[in-house]
Amino acid sequence: MPDVNLSVNLAGVTLNNPVVVASGAFGFGREYNQFYDLSELGGICAKGLTLHPRMGNPAPRVAETPMGILNSVGLENPGVDAFIKEELPFLRRFDTKIIANISGNTPEEYGVMCEKLSAAGVDMIEVNISCPNVKAGGLAYGTRPELAAEVTETAKKHANGVPVMVKLSPNVTDITEIAKAAEGAGADALSLINTIRGMRIDVSTRRPVLRMNTGGLSGPAVLPVAVRMVWEVAQAVKLPILGMGGVSKGADAAQLMLAGASAVAVGTALFTDPFAPLKVRDGLAEIAGRQGLSAVSELTGGVKPW
Amino acid sequence: MKVEQQCKIIARERLTPDTVSMTLAVGDMVSSAITNTGRPIHPGQFIHIKCGEGLLLRRPISIQSWLGTRMGGTITVVFEAKGEGTRWLAQRQVGDTLDVLGPLGNGFRTTSGPYLLVGGGVGVPPLHACACYTGCASTAILGFRSKDRAILLDRFDEDCVDVQVATDDGSLGYHGFVDALVRQELEKKRHYQGVLACGPKPMLKRVAEVAAEFGVPCQVSMEERMGCGVGACLVCAVTMKDGTVKHVCKDGPVFDAEEVDWDA
Ligand SMILES: Cc1cc2nc3c(=O)[nH]c(=O)nc-3n(C[C@H](O)[C@H](O)[C@H](O)COP(=O)(O)OP(=O)(O)OC[C@H]3O[C@@H](n4cnc5c(N)ncnc54)[C@H](O)[C@@H]3O)c2cc1C
Ligand SMILES: Cc1cc2nc3c(=O)[nH]c(=O)nc-3n(C[C@H](O)[C@H](O)[C@H](O)COP(=O)(O)O)c2cc1C
Ligand code: FES
Repeated sequence: MPDVNLSVNLAGVTLNNPVVVASGAFGFGREYNQFYDLSELGGICAKGLTLHPRMGNPAPRVAETPMGILNSVGLENPGVDAFIKEELPFLRRFDTKIIANISGNTPEEYGVMCEKLSAAGVDMIEVNISCPNVKAGGLAYGTRPELAAEVTETAKKHANGVPVMVKLSPNVTDITEIAKAAEGAGADALSLINTIRGMRIDVSTRRPVLRMNTGGLSGPAVLPVAVRMVWEVAQAVKLPILGMGGVSKGADAAQLMLAGASAVAVGTALFTDPFAPLKVRDGLAEIAGRQGLSAVSELTGGVKPW
Repeated sequence: MKVEQQCKIIARERLTPDTVSMTLAVGDMVSSAITNTGRPIHPGQFIHIKCGEGLLLRRPISIQSWLGTRMGGTITVVFEAKGEGTRWLAQRQVGDTLDVLGPLGNGFRTTSGPYLLVGGGVGVPPLHACACYTGCASTAILGFRSKDRAILLDRFDEDCVDVQVATDDGSLGYHGFVDALVRQELEKKRHYQGVLACGPKPMLKRVAEVAAEFGVPCQVSMEERMGCGVGACLVCAVTMKDGTVKHVCKDGPVFDAEEVDWDA
């Protein structure tokens, strides 16, 4: 294959290659490091953190759907302090970018977590706004521009220069409104999409398969939604985008990049194939090579809409 | 080191209309487990099998028996065709190839010496390896829905001191559930090092209660729906008595029964 430059720039952070692993699918990396060297990855979005440890939801937490899965893990995690003390030093051993993913009950919690994480040294902070805001009566931050702007601003103020990437929820009528709100509040990058709310019912028992009744859909089934949303957001804002949702091969990643993403994340595909991120990377390089590009980054925004 | 491997099916046998035994050529999967963990496969560990292109989630199946690389490098599984994935699996033939991750999880911890092995339905197969691992000094109590669903009885007969069978409909052996036989056995004999149980959760709960009554340590192999199978996605949660959450694929599937919150 001709030499294709795989490195990409995401909000001033240089990734060795455009393939990142999505938050929640990769834990804190220890498990998949038993399969390959984590330095092969462009970046790692660590499992979503909260200020205090969380137990998550009761099981079953996963259901299979046509070309997708539903999950209702419920942000089980050891808390930001345990991450910094026990997991970050391990992740830091690899030549890859470490992106912490945070969720808070209140904007203040996001602020406190940003202070701690920026002091501990992460490459980027991904702000998950798909979770409910306790103060706003449980409404998800990601569904209202003003709430999204408030968290973004707080995160940015406390991140001490570490780039802040806001992760958008697809469960909205117009995702560009939220994207613009995050941009206006100072976000350095956007990531999308988080999971789409869904439900599966066991016909014989008449019970939902998930103990929480509903959960978040991911996997190949959501790819076209992700491509459409990345495309819309890319036209609405100037921020770089980490695209995700249903990527399991190089061509899927190329679609997201052509739609406007600077880099892509792989989540659910890991469950089928632990090596999926490396195969996506190689597939992407091959596509870029075949199209005569000298760098994969040339794919970004290259769609030719009708 | 954990591996993902393409494994050829080298033997296949239908044990009942719904239950299939399959032997896979796994290369050095078994032996690599030995070198990297300092111990061989333990009964109770499982492999995570991809079931066709359309299903994203692999299916966890317990390892029933195995041979190290020098002996040929094989793993045998016994499973019931239930839903979409296992039905697909049951249709694979000798010579077909399966995509397998493994060996995964932590198995039963045993010393030689007599254990009481308690299995229900397709929870029975991994206990056969326990029978061999415990110096053929153990007793097995095996439960099935009916006589035509009973599996592996001859194998247990060979490798156990005593085998007792219970069926839900009374078509073979004791008419009723295994926990009644467990109680009888523990009343009669006090020499068991422990109870090792694998089967549906309601059965495990009752067996755990009986074992606790007699003060005999009990290990149980738990089932939960899985994603990654390696401990990264946290979907396979089981609640512990102390309020913490553990994960079946990584911390289990075998747990000390007294650790588990049976009412969660
Ligand atoms: C550690 C472990 C070891 C197992 N060992 C064996 C074995 O040796 N032999 C055997 O026959 N069965 C075993 N099972 C159960 C087996 O995994 C399920 O029967 C199988 O996953 C069902 O898949 P399906 O496609 O037939 O059903 P579907 O209903 O199509 O499955 C849908 C989804 O639910 C999951 N699921 C459904 N039932 C179960 C269950 N009981 N446990 C876990 N996940 C489930 C599937 O994996 C899949 O993700 C084991 C389960 C676990 C957790
Ligand atoms: C099991 C599981 C857990 C997840 N946990 C998180 C999380 O903690 N924080 C977050 O922002 N997104 C989480 N996600 C969403 C993913 O990061 C990703 O946005 C989504 O799954 C779409 O990508 P995919 O189709 O490649 O999985 C989770 C997804 C899955 C499947
Ligand atoms: S299946 Fe992913 S953590 Fe157990």
